[in-house]
Amino acid sequence: MSLELYIAQQIINAIALGSLYALVAIGLSMIFGILRMTNFAHGDMMMVGAYATLVLQALGLGFGWAVIAGIAFGALAGVIVERVAYRPVRGAPEVTLLLTSLAVTYILENLGILIFTSSGRNFPLPDWMNNAFQLYDGQITFTQINILTVVLTAAALGSLGWFVTKTDVGLGMRAAAEDMGAAHLVGLDVNRLIVVAFAVASGFAGLAGILWAAQAGVVEPTMGFTPLLKAFVGAIIGGFGSIAGALLGGYLLGALEILIVAFLPSSVSPYRDAIVFALLIAFLLFRPNGLLKRSQEIKL
Amino acid sequence: MSRMQRLLVIVAAIVLLGAFSVGAPAMMNDYLVRVVTVMCVNALLVISMGLANGFTGVFSLGHVGFVAVGAYVSGVLSLTDANKASYLPDLPAWIAAIHLGFLPSTIVAGLVCVVLAFLVGGPLMRLSGHFVSVATLGFLIIVNNVLINSDTYTRGARTFTGVPLETTLPWAMGWLVLGLIVLARIVYSPKGRAWRAVREDTIAAQAIGIDVLPTRLSAFVIGSFFAGVGGSLYGHYLGSFSPHSFYFAYTFSLISMLVIGGMQSLTGAVAGVIVVSLLSEVLRNLERGFDLGIFTVPPVYGGSQIVLGVIFILIMIFRPSGVMGDIELSFGRLAALLHRGRKEMNT
Repeated sequence: MSLELYIAQQIINAIALGSLYALVAIGLSMIFGILRMTNFAHGDMMMVGAYATLVLQALGLGFGWAVIAGIAFGALAGVIVERVAYRPVRGAPEVTLLLTSLAVTYILENLGILIFTSSGRNFPLPDWMNNAFQLYDGQITFTQINILTVVLTAAALGSLGWFVTKTDVGLGMRAAAEDMGAAHLVGLDVNRLIVVAFAVASGFAGLAGILWAAQAGVVEPTMGFTPLLKAFVGAIIGGFGSIAGALLGGYLLGALEILIVAFLPSSVSPYRDAIVFALLIAFLLFRPNGLLKRSQEIKL
Repeated sequence: MSRMQRLLVIVAAIVLLGAFSVGAPAMMNDYLVRVVTVMCVNALLVISMGLANGFTGVFSLGHVGFVAVGAYVSGVLSLTDANKASYLPDLPAWIAAIHLGFLPSTIVAGLVCVVLAFLVGGPLMRLSGHFVSVATLGFLIIVNNVLINSDTYTRGARTFTGVPLETTLPWAMGWLVLGLIVLARIVYSPKGRAWRAVREDTIAAQAIGIDVLPTRLSAFVIGSFFAGVGGSLYGHYLGSFSPHSFYFAYTFSLISMLVIGGMQSLTGAVAGVIVVSLLSEVLRNLERGFDLGIFTVPPVYGGSQIVLGVIFILIMIFRPSGVMGDIELSFGRLAALLHRGRKEMNT
């Protein structure tokens, strides 16, 4: 196998993985930007989206509609969590917010276990989704799922870009992220903006969950936790609170993980998670504002 | 209350607890003894976690990482030679040659955690707020990842087994009492005041000459010692465990005890352990389903965790400083309460 093709294959893998991380990281970053909150429960919206898609398909809905409904369920779950658990503690110390979101994760994952049991379930896909494309005699392989992941991520990111730069609500969201008090002063309905932010962020997570389940072939109640932690790393690498930073960080992290698995000796690659989180700690210590953000003092 | 009286009360309390811990197995059934033993180990872990998290305000999510290290270190050191040969055949000879009893291996586990806490805390204690939480969470994940991949020392993701079952109630309670005495001495000393000053206002604390980094680090390191000790106790209680035993689920249950009880007082931490442990035991029995005569309640697995999570959130909303807040239940306060009650009765 030629090296160029091997590298090309790894680039495809990195883009597919990075897209998922970016989708989750952007939502985390949006919520952090507005509320200064590290939302651990964000990963569970992936679980909600994936299970909703699974159930609706089982009820006879077509795959496309089930995906759209799954995204909507993810968004709805995010809005409900915000209303029930996060709004009452808004403005509390950072750690209180973080602990509240940890408790929400705990509740949602156990609800998942209660309803669907803790064992994973097969995630059914229409046949055309599993089509694999092979180039150069199978030296480069990618599936319809990879293509769909990239296309849907690009579409989601494009519409998000349009939303936050061209619409009043999107501009308001950015204003609230900049300075919540001032946004309130100029008459923006901050509560509504926060609800919209949670809906968009959680919808993205729902989409990521569906794509994740499609790639893995299974859904389980705790499926959101690992990608959430990785998305954290991505968001912080890029600059926590910045949408562009989360995008960059997500893809960089995807590339890094593939790099570790594909190019480092097999004695090192099992330590992938340790390397990734050591990188996170290094960033927190030496460049806590990430690659893209500069201002803002957050140490000691 | 004079010094002498207080000393007498403390000695009497310790003697009573000692008699209880030794005599309890004869009076209670095995199930209750097990519950109380686990409660003591958890209480030791929660009060030590409260040191950094509650008193200095540096909320670490990595405490269970130290617990894991403690459990594995003491486990490796106290395996019998036969078990070492069959479970960990590739162990380097110098480690395989070491064989320590329960107490020495527990102390070594604590000391290893102290060294690790210096290395980890040195840089991490510079961070504040959620950044330190996320970074210490990273530490927990790294520990888990390394444990899973160090087959030679830990059997990897497989169950580490054959650890002698030595954590009896007197041991667990003894360590808990020791931990409480040591921590109470430190927390209510000038050092402890410095911790709280750093928590309340970092800049003001610096202004009066408190060095923030060493202050935070001391709380983190002392807490980690007891985390290692607690890990060893837990390991010698379980007998067999895997890296998964010391991960997010355990982290969350310890945090919920700390937060529900109140992380700014030792009493709160202990109260949280008692409340949450008893509640989970009751709920766990309910969740298996029960028969009310008229209708049968079906089993709802996972229900107990959901109830616990909801209580956690309610506490965060309505009483974020926990049930106890920063109130300590001390003999002096008890005496004062009794005294006041008596005076009111007289008037």
